[in-house]
Amino acid sequence: MKSHKVKKILLIMLALIIVVAAAVLITGCGAKNKNEVLVYCYGDYMDPSLVKQFEKETGIKVVLDTYDTNEEMYPVIKNQAGVYDVICPDTYMIERMAKEGLLSKIDYSKIPNIKNIDKAYLKKANATYDPGNKYSVPYQTGVAGILYNTKKIPKGSITSWKDLWKKQYKGKIIMQDGLRDTMGISLKALGYSLNTTMKSELSAATNYLIKQKPLVYKYANDSARDLLVGNSADLGVVWNGEMLYSQELNKDLDFVIPKEGTEVFVDSWCIPKNAFHKSNAEKWINFMCREDVAYKNFEYLTYSTPNVAAKKKLPKSIRNNKGLFPTAEMLKKSENLRDVGPDGDDLYSYYWKIFKSE
Amino acid sequence: MYRKLLSMPFIFWIFVGTVIPLAMIAYYGFTDRLGNFTINNIIAIFQPVHAQALGLSLGLALISTAVCFLLAFPLAMILKGSSWGRKGFIVFIFILPMWMNFLLRTMAWQVILEKGGIFNTMLQTMHLPSLNIINTPAAIVLGMVYDFLPFMVLPIYNALMKIDDNIIEAAYDLGATKGRVLKDILLPLSVPGIASGITMVFVPSLTTFVISNILGGGKIYLIGNIIEQEFTTSANWNLGSGLSLIMMVFIVISMAALARLDKSGEGNFI
Amino acid sequence: MSKAIKTIYMIIIMMFLYLPIVTLMVFSFNESKSMFAWTGLSLRWYKEMFHDTQMLSAIWNTFSIAISAAAIATIIGTMACVGIIAMSKRSQTVIMGFNNIPLLNADIVTGISLMLSFIAFGFYLNWGTVLLAHITFCIPYVILSVMPKLKQLGPGNYEAALDLGATPAYAFRKVVIPEIKPGIISGFLLAFTMSVDDFVVTHFTRGAGINTISTLIYSQVKVGIRPTLFALSTVIFLVVLVILVLVNFASGKDAEEEEFFYEVAQG
Repeated sequence: MKSHKVKKILLIMLALIIVVAAAVLITGCGAKNKNEVLVYCYGDYMDPSLVKQFEKETGIKVVLDTYDTNEEMYPVIKNQAGVYDVICPDTYMIERMAKEGLLSKIDYSKIPNIKNIDKAYLKKANATYDPGNKYSVPYQTGVAGILYNTKKIPKGSITSWKDLWKKQYKGKIIMQDGLRDTMGISLKALGYSLNTTMKSELSAATNYLIKQKPLVYKYANDSARDLLVGNSADLGVVWNGEMLYSQELNKDLDFVIPKEGTEVFVDSWCIPKNAFHKSNAEKWINFMCREDVAYKNFEYLTYSTPNVAAKKKLPKSIRNNKGLFPTAEMLKKSENLRDVGPDGDDLYSYYWKIFKSE
Repeated sequence: MYRKLLSMPFIFWIFVGTVIPLAMIAYYGFTDRLGNFTINNIIAIFQPVHAQALGLSLGLALISTAVCFLLAFPLAMILKGSSWGRKGFIVFIFILPMWMNFLLRTMAWQVILEKGGIFNTMLQTMHLPSLNIINTPAAIVLGMVYDFLPFMVLPIYNALMKIDDNIIEAAYDLGATKGRVLKDILLPLSVPGIASGITMVFVPSLTTFVISNILGGGKIYLIGNIIEQEFTTSANWNLGSGLSLIMMVFIVISMAALARLDKSGEGNFI
Repeated sequence: MSKAIKTIYMIIIMMFLYLPIVTLMVFSFNESKSMFAWTGLSLRWYKEMFHDTQMLSAIWNTFSIAISAAAIATIIGTMACVGIIAMSKRSQTVIMGFNNIPLLNADIVTGISLMLSFIAFGFYLNWGTVLLAHITFCIPYVILSVMPKLKQLGPGNYEAALDLGATPAYAFRKVVIPEIKPGIISGFLLAFTMSVDDFVVTHFTRGAGINTISTLIYSQVKVGIRPTLFALSTVIFLVVLVILVLVNFASGKDAEEEEFFYEVAQG
């Protein structure tokens, strides 16, 4: 009789194990076969109605996951903590991921709408962070600058990154909260390159940031614009894409690109090497490059778009907005972020940690 | 003894779900990127940047725990002595906020405390100076106390409820003052509950990174934030694991202290 | 300690606990996205909530994982309690010690260690890994709920039943289980609650495309939370509140129900 009980119990346990294992396997293996595309991108970085439009036109379900910074996205892709079909890294991250073999080559025959992308951007990419344009398709571009409240700060008095260090603005300043972005501002303010790996320069930039810390109200990325619109702060660093949206909500806000030069980002679509749905990813990228899609996206996002065809349709006042579409002359001292190599990354991480913990 | 077999799935789960993962942390903690043995990740805690963050975390956690205790004990006493509806209902009042997602509740504090937020707007209309504690350690303490107060109140409340009222009555009959009753009867008898409450507040406070992210405005880095950075941004799992092992030391110390003070295992928070 | 001071103190604490919750509920009816300015009464976020696929899938994930994890944890945990009681005092202490580890361990360590393990053994992170992770931290809560009840019961009744001719299974079913039922139920509810509210462990073990309500909120914290999440949380909160009030009223003066309620609340 006892052995009968033992058998019963063993059976129950076996059933339990099977149920749990089944749950894991089913949900794991099913992923490859569903007709979907897993997009990993910045939060609120495209018009939601476009996502629905894509789903309607192609029948492919879009699963959207978001990250706040490139540094948050990188380990997820590298360790395969999440397997995505299309991601949206910035220049330096593209360079780094390509070097580490994490990206797959773009098959341009599947992306005919590439013709809408400004050749100048493709040339720049080819010359610097993506030789051969093998891995990336530009999506949004822009620069960092200072957005300030003209009611509190006279218009035109902000011209330099150093203005963010002025004691009179104590408690009213918002800085970005991104490793390369924030370090970049400090480096530029001191006249160094955004991509330096010299300890002396990084150390100086870190100390400069630490000096600023008591004056800063908050370190924020996208929420900075809401704080400025809501008058919780008087000046802060935002991307030029936030300019139009913010000014619409608060007429007193003005945007300026500091004279020392700034960071130029080119967020581009890439396909990770082990993506499950490569062809869906290509369809997604092609869709995003379409003229009408890019135009509609601009209306929602107001970030400067590298899509020439869409740009042509914009009203003249916007096309000539120097804040949104700065001239090459204005960007003389500005740089793309470049990959600094694993040792460089360690250095930056180290100094970032010191600055944050101070 | 087939009954012991019933616990086999659990034992299996402990092994796979707790022992193996901890072993992985130990593995990464004691090796470097190339897989060679090293204790650099462990002694890294003594680097100024880490020691500073750990010091700040310890300080804030201790303050939060103390504040929680000072708020919770009187509250538990009041609840015990009151005839406020049914006992279970009261306890539910404290569990109920847990049903509102804790990120949102913490986020709500950010909204309330923001410079242009509700609290300050109210203060301004009353012509009082505005309160600027957002993005400072004070805001983080507020967040910790708010999130973990129920975990301190409930065990103390349970412990107090277990004290036989007759004992207290007898003490009064024998001439003890209220202070004496508190010092010599209530406090000692509720020690298991207090110990449980302290552990359940101190450990999460020490290791949180979410509260400092939401209420610290990116200006304040606790040890939890550093560990999180090492596992995500810096992709240095070895250092992150090493620091995690140090954190576990604190946890083990808390557990040992709890076991000492609560030998019979009565002081459950539940 | 006058009654007035006591009442004031209670009210202050109550206000402190519920202020953020009420704030969120109020702003869930706000016309605009802003969390600072009230622009008017509107139900738009509630309407949007039902159309937002990302949110609906997060809701599904949260509750499906919570129910499954709580159920499986309850079964494993209850069985474990019965088994552990039959062991020597020494083994009991050791095993209960191990049981406490997930409870007291920092959730960041639990989450990261599980993530490392999954990746090291070649699993892709997905719904299943989140479930496994949740079961891992739910089981201790179940055991902590059931064990005291089991100890309270003592072997007396069970052995008496055996002496009277019942089979072990029958005795277990008819004698032991009814006595520990409150513990099982409260363990289940507790595990369910902890699973729904969990963030850190889910954050590290979720993988691509799987979001729970918590991780969805976190991803929006940096960008600016859409009030649809406030609406969702308000709904959940009100549902729970209604259930509690109903239970409270339904039990009336019934002493047994009150005991049950108290036990459940006790955990």
